[in-house]
Amino acid sequence: MKEIALPASLSELWRCFEAKPGARVYAGGTDLLVGVYHGLVNPQALICLDRIAELKEVFEEGDYVRIGPCATHIQLLGEPLIEDHLPVLRRAVGTIGSPAIRNMGTIGGNICTASPAGDTLPPLYALKAEVELRSKDGARLLPIADFITGPGATRIRPEEILAGVRVKKPVEYNRHHFEKVGLRNALACSVVSMAALLRLAPDGMVEKASLSWGSAGPTIVVCPEAEEALIGKPLSTASLRQAASLARKAVSPISDIRASADYRRSVAGNLLLRLSSLMVS
Amino acid sequence: MRISFYLNGKETGVEVPPDRKVVDVLREDLGLTGTKECCGTGECGACTILVDGRTRLSCLMAAAQLQGRRVTTIEGLASGENLHPVQEAFVEYGAVQCGFCTPGMVLAAVHLLDRNPDPTREQIREGLSGNLCRCSGYVKIVDAVEAAARKMREAR
Repeated sequence: MKEIALPASLSELWRCFEAKPGARVYAGGTDLLVGVYHGLVNPQALICLDRIAELKEVFEEGDYVRIGPCATHIQLLGEPLIEDHLPVLRRAVGTIGSPAIRNMGTIGGNICTASPAGDTLPPLYALKAEVELRSKDGARLLPIADFITGPGATRIRPEEILAGVRVKKPVEYNRHHFEKVGLRNALACSVVSMAALLRLAPDGMVEKASLSWGSAGPTIVVCPEAEEALIGKPLSTASLRQAASLARKAVSPISDIRASADYRRSVAGNLLLRLSSLMVS
Repeated sequence: MRISFYLNGKETGVEVPPDRKVVDVLREDLGLTGTKECCGTGECGACTILVDGRTRLSCLMAAAQLQGRRVTTIEGLASGENLHPVQEAFVEYGAVQCGFCTPGMVLAAVHLLDRNPDPTREQIREGLSGNLCRCSGYVKIVDAVEAAARKMREAR
C-alpha cells in the first residue's frame, strides 16, 4: 500500500516532500498510474497535484502565455489564450488520447513523461517554450529542449516540480500546422508527428520557419537545415522535397510495434509536403 | 484511509487503502459491478465513470482522489424505474450486444450530450472515440445516441 498525499497548495506540497522523501508526483495519472498498477514502477509514496488550483491557471504575462502544468488537455482546448496565440499547440492537444484521457491528462504530465511521442512536445519545441521548475528553495527556467534529455528522462531534481510552461506569443509567425500520423484516429500513439510554424510573406515566400518532429528520435527532433532550406522560397513541391530530404537525414527513429524506422523516416519527410496546403488562406 | 464522497447522489464513506484503484473500490468494496475493467491502461473506456460531471477512467484513478468528489456510475443514471434517455435509446435501437462496453459507452454519451445537445454523427463518433466495442460495430450505438439527443431536446 502506498500513501497518497493530495496537497491543496504549493506550501502544503513542500511539506509533503519533507514528510515523504522519494515520493513520485502525478496529476492526471494517465501515464504514471498505468505503471504503478502494473508493477512497472514502485514509488514509496505518491503525491497527486490535482488539487493545487494555482497550478491549473492559464494567463497572459506581457508577451508570454503562462500555462499551469496541471491544466488538463480539455481545459486547454477551451482556453481563448491558447486558441488565439498558440493554435499549433491547440491542434496537437486535440489529438491526444480520447475525451476521457483529455479530461484527466495534463500538459505538465505530458512534458514530464518525456515520451518522444508526447503530442504537446513538437509544438512546444517549435514554439521554443520554457519550463519553470520549482522547489521549496526557489525556481529555475529551462528551455524545453534542455529539460528533456532522453526518452522518459528530464533534468527534474528530487523534490522539484514542473511549475509552469512559458511560451512567448509567436507573433512572428502567421501559419500554424500540426499533423500526427497514427494507426487509428482516436487513442493513437503517434507514429510520427510534425509541428510547423511559418511566416509567409504576402507573395507566398517563406520568411521564417520553425519545425519539429515527434516519434522520430529519442527526443523531439529539430532540423535547422530543413528550416533554412525553406526560407526565401515559396512553398513549392521542389523546396518542400528538398527540406524533406534534409529532415529524413536529421531524424533517428526506432522500429517498434507501431512502425519500422524506415517508414518513420520516410513519413517524417512526407509530412513536410503537406505544408503546400498552407499557401492558401 | 477513510474516504468520503458522493456516489450516485448519496454521501458515501469507505475505508480503503489510498492507492486502491477506483474501479476496485466501486466493484469489490461497494458492490457496484456495472463499471467494468478491461484493458487497465486507459485505452478501452469500459471503466468510464463521471467525476464532477466529467468522464474519467476508474482504472487509472486512486481511491484517495475521490475524496469530496461527486461520482456517477451507470447504476446512478436511472431515476427509480425510469431509465435515462440514453439508456432507453440503447435498448430501443439494439445498441447492446454482449454489454461489456455499454456502461462506459452510455456514460461517455451522457457526458457528450450534457455539453452538446445536438451533435452531428461525426461529433458523436468523436465523443465515443475512447470507448471500444468488440462485438459488432458502432452504427447502432451512434443511432441510439442520436435518438437520445433528439428525445432530450424535445423534452426541454
